[in-house]
Amino acid sequence: MNAPVKARGPLLAILQRDLRVYSRGRSAWLNPLLFALLGITLFTLGLGPDRERVAADAAAVIWVVVLLGMMMSLDGLFKEDYVDGSLEQLLLMAGPVYFAVFGKVFAHWLVSAVPLVLASPLFALMLGVPLEHIPLLAFSLLIGSGILSFLGAVGAAVTVSLQSSGLLIALLILPLYVPVIIYGASLLQAAVEGWPYLAPLLMLCGLLSAVIVLAPLAIGVALKISLDS
Amino acid sequence: MANWQWFHRLGSPKWLLGKLDRWTPWLLFAGLLLFGAASVWGLAFVPPDYKQGNSFRIIYIHVPFAVVSLAAYYAMAIAGAVGLIWRMKVADMAMRSIAPVGAAFTALALVTGAIWGKPTWGAYWVWQDARLTSMLVLFFLYMGVLALYDAYRERSSGSRAAALVALVGTVNVPIIYKSVDWWSSLHQPASIKFTEASTIDAQMLQPLLLAIVGCYLLFAALVIAQLRVQIVLGENRSQWLGDHAVNRTA
Repeated sequence: MNAPVKARGPLLAILQRDLRVYSRGRSAWLNPLLFALLGITLFTLGLGPDRERVAADAAAVIWVVVLLGMMMSLDGLFKEDYVDGSLEQLLLMAGPVYFAVFGKVFAHWLVSAVPLVLASPLFALMLGVPLEHIPLLAFSLLIGSGILSFLGAVGAAVTVSLQSSGLLIALLILPLYVPVIIYGASLLQAAVEGWPYLAPLLMLCGLLSAVIVLAPLAIGVALKISLDS
Repeated sequence: MANWQWFHRLGSPKWLLGKLDRWTPWLLFAGLLLFGAASVWGLAFVPPDYKQGNSFRIIYIHVPFAVVSLAAYYAMAIAGAVGLIWRMKVADMAMRSIAPVGAAFTALALVTGAIWGKPTWGAYWVWQDARLTSMLVLFFLYMGVLALYDAYRERSSGSRAAALVALVGTVNVPIIYKSVDWWSSLHQPASIKFTEASTIDAQMLQPLLLAIVGCYLLFAALVIAQLRVQIVLGENRSQWLGDHAVNRTA
């Protein structure tokens, strides 16, 4: 063991392990995707046959569906590790918890959010978003979903020791998602209407960097509280 | 060192309960008196607004509740942080006591704000306004903290989890406010400013300040009433509590 690799060690190890665990089943990436498709279908049916109206609401619909799908998949982020005891081992590890937690959240984001981002052109077509705005939508979803993952993981960590945590996570986390949906949805609306959209995009990037720095610390504390109870 | 004795005493539920029993009636009385006096002053004796007429008078109810409910959230988060860091039982109890009162005050601020909005803006609710929407989010944050208490079977874990969530919320409140503000605001800019002259007339301002002070006192009285319940709930196995109860009835 040489010293310089130490800080990188747990992150990569956890990342590799979690990706392997996720690759054993398909529910981790498939379920959020199916949920999003179903959600968009229901929204479209509810909004009625007027295509222009559907397109006008497309940004909000896509963001709400992605946000809810991510939030629901977060319920399982720490649950299995908590039940089989490996979460405890993770926190007993020498050195800061930061990297281990970061690895877990990052792996979950790769598996649950990236498929949603890759499928977002399909969502956009379903809702009639003009083709030239699809790259912007995908890029803003890529950044926004990172914020959603890290913020949501705090809720998942706080509730991991509870029996029924799904609704409670929603209650704790959805208020914190307000800025993401405001910047994310208005970004696409501004682009479609030909207004400048750089400011909200940069705000999303700023939020992501803040969340990457701060959220793993809160998640570490939350996991310790959950394991104590 | 002797100066810090009061702080260490604050950490003792027994000492605190004795003090609180004596403070509660005074705080409640002072709060009701000031708030009542400010209401009568504001409703009956202040001249009507040149633009809003008489409808502005709800300011003497709305603004105090809004001010106190925001301050209460930060007070709750600070109490939570103290409990989380130093594992002070009393801080956790204080946090549990502030949460329901703060949530109720936020709800009152929202309702009175909506009632005021109808004659002034022509609508009960305006989503584009940063203050309205972030107050609503604040209400949800309070409810999340309250829900977390009920979810944990063990009191201390529930307190620590709720404290963490309250702290995360504290970081988010200004961000949420700014994000909604960015949408463009319909709400009038703040009228009371500390750095420059207020844009509100002194005749209207004086009862408002009185009402804010009264509302703080009322809030303190309600929180203390809650805190006494929390101390009894948290210490129900201690010998001193039984003695305390006997002494009070004797």
